[in-house]
Amino acid sequence: MIEYVENKEIIARRIAAIFKTGDVVNLGIGLPTLVANYLPEGVTVILQSENGMLGLGPAPAPGEEDKDLTNAGASPVTILPGGCFFDSATSFGIIRGGHVDYTALGVLEVDQEGNLANYKIPGKMVPGMGGAMDLVAGSRVVIAATTHFEKSGASKLKRRCSLPLTAAKEVDLVVTDVGYFEVMGGKFRLLEWFKPYTPEWIMERTDADIEVMSTCRCADFE
Amino acid sequence: MVQKPIISADAAAAMVKEGMTLHVGGFLGCGSPDAVIAALAARGTRGLTLVCNDTAISDPKSGRTTGVAPLVARGQFAKVIVSHIGTNPETQRQMNAGETDVVLVPQGTLAERVRAAGSGLGGVLTQTGLGTEVAEGKEKVRVGDRVFLLELPLPGDVALIKARRADRAGNLQYSKTARNFNPLMASACALVIAEVEEIVEIGQIDPDQVHTPSIFVDYLVMAKGGV
Repeated sequence: MIEYVENKEIIARRIAAIFKTGDVVNLGIGLPTLVANYLPEGVTVILQSENGMLGLGPAPAPGEEDKDLTNAGASPVTILPGGCFFDSATSFGIIRGGHVDYTALGVLEVDQEGNLANYKIPGKMVPGMGGAMDLVAGSRVVIAATTHFEKSGASKLKRRCSLPLTAAKEVDLVVTDVGYFEVMGGKFRLLEWFKPYTPEWIMERTDADIEVMSTCRCADFE
Repeated sequence: MVQKPIISADAAAAMVKEGMTLHVGGFLGCGSPDAVIAALAARGTRGLTLVCNDTAISDPKSGRTTGVAPLVARGQFAKVIVSHIGTNPETQRQMNAGETDVVLVPQGTLAERVRAAGSGLGGVLTQTGLGTEVAEGKEKVRVGDRVFLLELPLPGDVALIKARRADRAGNLQYSKTARNFNPLMASACALVIAEVEEIVEIGQIDPDQVHTPSIFVDYLVMAKGGV
């Protein structure tokens, strides 16, 4: 009997392993932000922050915060050598113009058509889309980053999103804490499963069409 | 070069009249014109329409507010046109209670609609929002084999912006991520008031390093603690 244990670290580690040196990457606030902590040794990506910078660096040491230097979640950050600042029109020109290679965002629901819902639960929670609609529509590769299950036990991977969409058919990759999926041909294609889960276990508990690829393998992040 | 009047935060706030559309720079409070916002909150001018990235931060636990949050708290906006209200629960409460009309616009679309208003464009074509609620009721335009949403310009009556430094002519320089929407707001409004931390003589800012040209700026206000 395999028991599900929520594991955000494995999601961040798997996403971090996708990138190559030189990729321009936007990491959403929350779970995706953790990805920066797990970039492999020797891989240098350029982090874009939609509030107006390239070359986003780590949080400053306590006492070194600058009121004029924050990320898109208003947390104090630093800028790395070679980075730069720009206004919001330039920032979203970079995003919509296809100059961002990867964007990783959090998820309320993602479906097998590549639809993403992550900005609104009508009547309950309406934070607004911020930059998410532009990021999902404009980035070359969209990575949905999410724990596989809601607290209720329902899978966040769906046949069809029921919440208002952030974007239609734009999600390319889905990384959860049980596996790594590609969205293709109206299905989730399982590329990797994570120990201790198995493809059968994942398919049984996910209300969506999943195809296990012949190249699918087990990834062990322990 | 024409010099721009340097006025008090209260004199600036007095130029904002009931019912006006107000564009405010800043991103969750970073790069917000805090002195003018405080003066406008003290005046209590109501019935305003806000165009801003967000309604800033209002933390009910700590009581901490940033940016335009004090104006939201006093119910001074009849309508807000923003990309994000998730860090201001009071905006959400007012929306649910029907007290404030909240229009959510994707951040990049908001930036372009403001830029379009300031640059003589009849609108912008974007693929952001296609297939979502944002596209409802909007004209779609086909260009070649691609379909776009037509998004219309968003002009305003008064822009309240924040810069790091001005010269007496009103040329502005911003600091780091405090730039954000400020240069865009400066282009899109009939009257532009720039709050700055430092005012230098004409000629002391290298013309190659000006972020917002002086002609966009009507008045300067010194930020609290500025020189």
